[in-house]
Amino acid sequence: MQTSDEVLIGRIAQGDRLAMRALYARHHVRVYRFLLRLVRSEATAEDLVSDVFLDVWRQAHKFEHRSAVSTWMLGIGRYKALSALRRKPEDELDEETAAGLEDGADDPEITLAKKDKGNVLRECLHALSDEHREIIDLVYYHEKSVEDVAGIVGIPEATVKTRMFYARKKLSELLKERGIDRGWP
Amino acid sequence: MTTVTEREREEIEHLLPWYAAGTLSRRDAHRVKAALANDPELARRYDMVREEHGHTVHLNETSGAPSAHIMERLFAKIDAEVEQVAPPFNLGARVHEFVAAMHPRTIAWYALAGAVAIVLQASLITGIAFKSPAAFETASMSGPVKAIGSFALIRFQPQASAEEITRFLSDNKLRLVDGPSAGGIYRVKIAAVPLSRSKMAERIKTLQNEHVVSFVGAAE
Repeated sequence: MQTSDEVLIGRIAQGDRLAMRALYARHHVRVYRFLLRLVRSEATAEDLVSDVFLDVWRQAHKFEHRSAVSTWMLGIGRYKALSALRRKPEDELDEETAAGLEDGADDPEITLAKKDKGNVLRECLHALSDEHREIIDLVYYHEKSVEDVAGIVGIPEATVKTRMFYARKKLSELLKERGIDRGWP
Repeated sequence: MTTVTEREREEIEHLLPWYAAGTLSRRDAHRVKAALANDPELARRYDMVREEHGHTVHLNETSGAPSAHIMERLFAKIDAEVEQVAPPFNLGARVHEFVAAMHPRTIAWYALAGAVAIVLQASLITGIAFKSPAAFETASMSGPVKAIGSFALIRFQPQASAEEITRFLSDNKLRLVDGPSAGGIYRVKIAAVPLSRSKMAERIKTLQNEHVVSFVGAAE
């Protein structure tokens, strides 16, 4: 049976490096992907992953079991990512961000003809604002409950639900612009 | 068939993403399931949610992973921190561990041998004291070595991190020599030479102003 994250955190608080390795192995990829989506730079996301787990090592004794360990870590990661973004000069645009932007050369029909619906949908997910993309990732990929998202993002639960709704609505609008009308909204 | 008001329908529609991800409470999941069974338009919108769900997972799963050297770098940092703040020497715990590992008969023999040694040592010290009044002067090559320097007893704030404690010790040129004893008190060397009473009081006062400590007192 796999040792629970909570047990691992208890051991880490006692200075157990093996438990730390187990927790890292279990969560580092998801934490990285969450951070990557926020900072849109692989190098920065990698640095932040290291920072998040170093904080976990240092602060394990402060973990209060009010949320899942993964939720706690994503909360730490989000805080660090936003701090890193504040430090980053506004005119700095990494290659990945630039690559995600539409060049506007093709009209929707040509765009759709070039790619299948799945590709277009993923492109639209990528084109969402940071706020909308974050909530969609937290709900769909990180499988966080309404309460968990509220804790990570720092907003009321009702706002979590409406933000998710508007993120999905925006996604539909982007799809429509690219020639896919889902009949909603 | 249950009648669902427009407001309830909207509430349920807002819950669809969590229903798709399987993160709703049992009660809410039941509500959504019942509504989906009776509302074809809601069921159609749920299909959209499932589609978004699948592509979000796909997008994330194909967005790579951090390189292996990140882990190496992280654990190098952790190892360095562990070395900086070596686990405190806890004499009480070591003795307890040692005794717990022994057979009761062995412990009895050790106790007897210890008692004999104490009696012999007491006689020896008494004899030396009566024969030579100068015997308490410090010998440079033999005999027990008295700890030289000035020492303080320190208790750290429970919220203080290992990093803060390490920085505090380093900034103030302090060295942990023993602890923690009862109440989380550490014995810390604060100067290589014995300080005068006024200098000692001054030094203690300075240390008391640091936010990582909750108590500082002079030690013998």
